[in-house]
Amino acid sequence: MTSSFLRKFRIGFSVVVLLCFVFIFVDYRSLIPESYKNYLLFLQFIPSLIKFLDLKTLAAGGFMVVLLLTLLSGRTYCSFLCPLGITQDLFSRIGGRIKKRFKRFGFRKPFTIVRYTLLAATLAVAIIWGIYLVTLLDPYSIFGRSVTYFVKPVVLLLNNLFSGILGKLDNYALSHIQIKGFELVAYSIPAAFLLLVGLLSVIKGRLYCNMICPVGTLLGLVSKISVFRIKFNVSKCTRCGRCSVVCKSSCIDFLNYRVDVSRCVDCFNCISTCPDKAMSYGVVSLKKSGHKTDESKRKFVAQSVLMLFGLSQYAKAQEKKVPVPTSESTVKENKTFPVCPPGAGSFADFTKDCIACSLCITACPNQVLQPSLKQYGIAGLMQPVMNYHKSFCTYNCVVCTEVCPTYALKPLELEAKKLTQLGKVIFIKDNCIVKTEKTACGACSEACPTKAVYMIPYEGNLVIPETNQDICIGCGHCEFACPTVPYKAIFVDGNPVHLAAKKPENVESEMKTPVEFPF
Amino acid sequence: MRRRDFFKSSVGAGIAAGAALSMGGYQKLWASSPVPPGYDMVAVMGGTPEAMFDLAIQEMGGIGAFVKKGQKVLVKPNIGWDVIPELAANTNPGLVKRIIEHCFKAGAKEVYVFDHTCDNWVNTYKNSGIEKAAKAAGAKVVPAASENYYQLIEIPGGVKLKSAKVHEVLLETDVFINVPILKDHNSTRMTACLKNNMGLVWDRGYWHSNNLHQCIADYALYEKKPALNVIDCYNVMVKHGPQGVSKEDVVQMKSLILTTDWVAGDAAAAKMLNIEPSRIDYIPIAHKMGLGNMNLDSLNIKRLKM
Repeated sequence: MTSSFLRKFRIGFSVVVLLCFVFIFVDYRSLIPESYKNYLLFLQFIPSLIKFLDLKTLAAGGFMVVLLLTLLSGRTYCSFLCPLGITQDLFSRIGGRIKKRFKRFGFRKPFTIVRYTLLAATLAVAIIWGIYLVTLLDPYSIFGRSVTYFVKPVVLLLNNLFSGILGKLDNYALSHIQIKGFELVAYSIPAAFLLLVGLLSVIKGRLYCNMICPVGTLLGLVSKISVFRIKFNVSKCTRCGRCSVVCKSSCIDFLNYRVDVSRCVDCFNCISTCPDKAMSYGVVSLKKSGHKTDESKRKFVAQSVLMLFGLSQYAKAQEKKVPVPTSESTVKENKTFPVCPPGAGSFADFTKDCIACSLCITACPNQVLQPSLKQYGIAGLMQPVMNYHKSFCTYNCVVCTEVCPTYALKPLELEAKKLTQLGKVIFIKDNCIVKTEKTACGACSEACPTKAVYMIPYEGNLVIPETNQDICIGCGHCEFACPTVPYKAIFVDGNPVHLAAKKPENVESEMKTPVEFPF
Repeated sequence: MRRRDFFKSSVGAGIAAGAALSMGGYQKLWASSPVPPGYDMVAVMGGTPEAMFDLAIQEMGGIGAFVKKGQKVLVKPNIGWDVIPELAANTNPGLVKRIIEHCFKAGAKEVYVFDHTCDNWVNTYKNSGIEKAAKAAGAKVVPAASENYYQLIEIPGGVKLKSAKVHEVLLETDVFINVPILKDHNSTRMTACLKNNMGLVWDRGYWHSNNLHQCIADYALYEKKPALNVIDCYNVMVKHGPQGVSKEDVVQMKSLILTTDWVAGDAAAAKMLNIEPSRIDYIPIAHKMGLGNMNLDSLNIKRLKM
């Protein structure tokens, strides 16, 4: 096909995809049902791959579809389905307005060493140690974090501006939303990557995708044997070089009539720009070109893998040790373990599969999910952690478990979630208002949905909290509600492995329906 | 002239200071009422929440005695918990709806409903059934989950609570109708009229850490008082309050208490739960501060059965 239809189709399609993705990451009013989000996430390569490794069912086989698609059509994923790729096209377009195209693009040799090293490193670290590099480099996660951390706050601010104006007009269709948990440290990595991706795309088009992105590199390898490709019609080509000038991937060597398929993202800009209709997208010709193996390249990849062994050991040493519960502190809350979100199963399972895309953070209606700073150790940076000083986990809610694209948070039925113990309540009597001030409080017990925190007689007419860890589910409402500062008098200590809580028992009241007014 | 009789008898009963103060409040409240209500309290038993309200308000002289044409009304139920109506953690939605309908019938320009929920507000408004019921009756359901909606007010005379941030809708409306549900409460033992005020303010934590009972009483000093208190005692949570665990906590009492005196309302509510009002600290404190009368014997109460 030589028409410019392909390019227009690509732009139209990708704009819709991008809008959908932006929407699910700023959907602060939970307008989109979780199942729709899952449709959209099905084809995301890394999330789907991780989910598949966990579940081993075809229901999580989106990445296979992507691989087949790549075998068939080349790296169309990068232009049609990858939200970060599409975002870069947008940036690149803006860059084009600022700087003339021919100065930015044009054929360049690939950054072979860098890209294969990063791919090997990501794979090696993932296999040997954990998901750390995937979390950092996965384009879907980078996109998710960028939108959650930088676009969503803007949307919330706009919402608050409009809700304020509407409120003045006595209209409460929009509600003011308090933004919780703005931690600079947690923002630093997403900021750095947004800056990196942004700059590279504004100046050099798809350089991030062809130099850093492990998904891009992997699909590039696959697309080397793809069926459909961009082709030159040598008889028509006048070697004007226009195709090379508009190529965001800088992969068209027009002097030699060659397109580097491992870098081509099938944006079809070259086809629509070619004045001689010499470029086309079609089935690759059977004529085999000579292929030589680059030994030094292979050696290098092997060496980098070895080097990463050492590196991963270093990172492992940095990892937070699993602490043993220590004796209870009387003043300071002594959290021996962070609280992982519902559906995590265990700390180990969760941190193994979470790519910190922050979709659960954005979907949480209570904003209790916050990106971790050091709670999970340096390796778990940005993975969601329950922050009970900011908020608490809603008893009747399982949204986070429904949106997780990697199954780091596994779907939980509501009734099962209500009996899943994320952590255990610990009461610090010496901090409690009832003891220190000798006045009534009970905010913790009031908030407790299972009455794992209840009140027992204390001095005089007063009652004081008592806890029953067996029926505590670790939702953190008590900790959130406790008014003492700076340390809470009650808190939830996370369970490294989530446990089953006992169902709260309840008996019929002795009180009967009255027949007469008692006054 | 029953009102005066009542005050005289109250003075006679030896609570001169309190009664004098409360009289000041009452005169202000009723000065604008076309038909002064005949009773301090109307208690109804045996009907649906809607039917009981219809009867009770009729005995009180009709809603027109409290809501006048063109006024803006705040109907403030208890919408604290993300719990279904059957578990009685929130005011009965049917009752809320009926009160709103009465207000509009009396010519109210606008009726507002909100509560500073304890659980996630979106879910709580929805699952309590109150948002739907109130909207069906034509009321505006207003969010209250952000400090932005709250304005600082002074509480002269407050012992512990000298100021508070209250919801703007409370300040902007002409009539405040307090519609609590009677429940057991783990800490204060009971929640009804006065404790329902905790849903009007932003910083509840301050109350909890600064003598909860005193703060509850102090807040009742604030000048914007309810014209009417409607205590929902249809389904009553008698234990594990204020949130409840399961339906075993609920006893069907099929009752409703309507009163202009919220201290009296709380005293009657306490008795419904079989608790001596004096055991609930904020009731005697509020009584001593002259915010109402906890001595039910000295009040003119109409008791009705359906």
